[in-house]
Amino acid sequence: MSNEATLHNQDLMHHGVEHGHGNGHDGHDHHHEETFISKYVFSMDHKMIAKQFLITGIIWAIIGAFFSVLFRLQLGYPDATFPWLESILGHWAEGGRITAEAYYALVTMHGTILVFFVLTAGLSGTFSNLLIPLQVGARDMASPFMNMLSYWFFFLASCLMMSSLFVQTGPASGGWTSYPPLSALGDASIGSKIGMDLWLMSMAIFVVSSLLGSLNYISTILNMRTKGMSMTKMPLTIWAFFFTAVLGVLSFPVLLSGFVLLLFDRHGGTSFYLSEIFVAGKVLPNEGGSAILYQHLFWFLGHPEVYIIILPAMGIVSEILAVSSRKPIFGYLAMVGSIFAITLLAFLVWAHHMFVTGLNPFLGAFFVLLTLLIAVPSAIKVFNWITTIWRGNIRFTPASLFSIGFVSTFISGGLTGIWLGNSAIDIHLHDTMFVIAHFHIVMGVSAFFGMFAGIYHWFPKLYGRYMNQTLGFIHFWITLVGAYLIFWPMHYMGMAGMPRRYFDYSNWQSFNMFGGLNEFISFVVIIVFATQLLFVFNFFYSIFKGRKLTTPNPWEATTLEWTTPINPGHGNWPGEIPEVHRWAYDYSKDGKDFIPQTVPVSPDESKH
Amino acid sequence: MDNAVTAKKKWWSGGHSPFSVSYGKLMMWYFLISDAFTFGALLISYGTQRFMAQAWPDPNVVFHSFPLMGHANLPLVFVSLMTFILIMSSVTMVLAVHAGHHMDQKATARWLILTIIGGIMFLSCQAWEWTHLHEVGAWWGRNPFPNHDGSAPLSTNFTDFFFTITGFHGLHVTSGVVLNIIVLINVLKGTYQHRGHYEMVEKVGLYWHFVDLVWVFVFTCFYLL
Repeated sequence: MSNEATLHNQDLMHHGVEHGHGNGHDGHDHHHEETFISKYVFSMDHKMIAKQFLITGIIWAIIGAFFSVLFRLQLGYPDATFPWLESILGHWAEGGRITAEAYYALVTMHGTILVFFVLTAGLSGTFSNLLIPLQVGARDMASPFMNMLSYWFFFLASCLMMSSLFVQTGPASGGWTSYPPLSALGDASIGSKIGMDLWLMSMAIFVVSSLLGSLNYISTILNMRTKGMSMTKMPLTIWAFFFTAVLGVLSFPVLLSGFVLLLFDRHGGTSFYLSEIFVAGKVLPNEGGSAILYQHLFWFLGHPEVYIIILPAMGIVSEILAVSSRKPIFGYLAMVGSIFAITLLAFLVWAHHMFVTGLNPFLGAFFVLLTLLIAVPSAIKVFNWITTIWRGNIRFTPASLFSIGFVSTFISGGLTGIWLGNSAIDIHLHDTMFVIAHFHIVMGVSAFFGMFAGIYHWFPKLYGRYMNQTLGFIHFWITLVGAYLIFWPMHYMGMAGMPRRYFDYSNWQSFNMFGGLNEFISFVVIIVFATQLLFVFNFFYSIFKGRKLTTPNPWEATTLEWTTPINPGHGNWPGEIPEVHRWAYDYSKDGKDFIPQTVPVSPDESKH
Repeated sequence: MDNAVTAKKKWWSGGHSPFSVSYGKLMMWYFLISDAFTFGALLISYGTQRFMAQAWPDPNVVFHSFPLMGHANLPLVFVSLMTFILIMSSVTMVLAVHAGHHMDQKATARWLILTIIGGIMFLSCQAWEWTHLHEVGAWWGRNPFPNHDGSAPLSTNFTDFFFTITGFHGLHVTSGVVLNIIVLINVLKGTYQHRGHYEMVEKVGLYWHFVDLVWVFVFTCFYLL
């Protein structure tokens, strides 16, 4: 079925959409009267939905990052008081010092917001939506209506999560993993009361949003590629988004099952996760449950989740490194193969988060082996990125710098993963600051670098303007240096045994020597946070006042999205969708700087 | 390198669906895989908890009642009837899809109506069974059934999982019935006749068969094992 026919083959649910994007077959741009509501709010244009995901993600990122500033103040300056904290947090920071309950709530929400609302919805939601139709050559997603629902379910989940910040007993505070029994018993902590229910409902709706989006991404990539766009001619971004969506479709439902059982434990009087518990000196009647069961269900999503976060960043970086070093990507098929290997292994390693929960050491050995195997495809990718830029004619833009920065942080964070993947070393290192350092560098900072690179690179496609380069360079250097200054020292703290999740270390003699280091880290956190606000300013300023594009292909890239007009309408291409004749990486070939995918292969062209 | 790959597999070279299916059917298949993981997670959780338990109630004793039969001991007869009804509704669904392929509006509607009736009958049976179990004291968090070795129940795992998983399945049957009714209305309105194909019937058919298939596993896990 052709692209156009598929677009027109709407089911009854998509009735209202049908006339929205049928401009292709008769070859002229349609000038459909769009209202403000249908264009900006309930938009079914994948580009507008991408912008909605991006801006919602940015708002969440500011909130989530600000929370980390607040709890870093506590860790860095445990004795100081900040009266302004009381004015924004009220009784949660009486006398200008945040309470232990507030501290745990902030840590929990920081993790939840950044993992799910920023680096899953904000990253994959933005770039899958923007790039899949544009780079495979489709008018829109397979089902624009479901795509719109995907955003609005995300919005609903956001509203619920946001509202949990304002309830009297505060938001969920049992960590972003929400392990029972703490999260199952409202009497165990005030963060396990209504805030926990809102958290669970918000996350359940988030799963629906993710499912609607992922099903769309998969079917669009498989079904709607333009003529000539075989799977092996797709840019690596698309391969990355494809496997990200596959991960989401297969792992989020398991989390949903875990949440359903948890909700019953909270309100149905069941004992799925509960057994032999005392709360405040009272014996609970629950028998026969297993808290470890929840951990299995959670980490069956939780581990693929980190690849849901990092794969889109990998795809974006692969694309930008090839474009900005004017060289074909090194080892295209190896890149695709390693993404596939990572996707497969992602489902087989979840128990490495549970080495010290009483897991059978014999079983642990298999999870160690499978975990360490991930180093192979990861290393292949890293070497391919380095060989791609090796002796390249690198154009230093904020996007290319962030991509190189991604490779740097991915290496330094990935190497510590090899430590933590060993169940023996993990006995010493689990639940210490070492773990914090590891996953923040390899997945937090790296994914953010991929996201920043993508925003700087595709901003011209999103808004028809450039972002300010100078501000971009300042943003990059302070963020890169700052990220290392923040997280590098945490490795040492962790190796010395300093545990994570503590509100106050000052009574703990052995870790007093890290007082100064903690203060230093918190100081850098504030600087880096301020720099991110500079980026936010640059982003919004450039939407309205940025330098305008004069050419549709500002980076001289080969991929299809740059064959559309500077401000493409709904339907992307005014005429026919272009046909694809070559792969996406014909840079510096036969004396030509770049050859777009739409150029037919001439007979005297050299093979690559 | 690229040319060699594409020359062999023309189906994948873009411009058409590699599986020659619409995106809608493709999405339905992927959704079903996803949903299979949801049920898989629940059933595996059930399996591990049961495996770890010392003892478990005997389904032949728990499920021995039949409506209007008083205290007659009819182990698993009622649930067999339920299963039969659901499987028959799958048969009528197949016939509805078949009639759709032949563009037979009346026959499609007829078979769809029978499928919907089958679904509603199954749900009614489930409602009766739940009510009956509730009357004898079973519910989430309450397990009145002694284990097969006669010992008193140590935990409520049996009823917790039973109500959660059969309830989750019942929810799927309910949404299936709703989808079938929506599609039936469209069949009667002639929407698909006008569109030239009955693919929507096929898509809800896929969902319906999936829900049936899940029941086979739920049935096995709770009533037979």
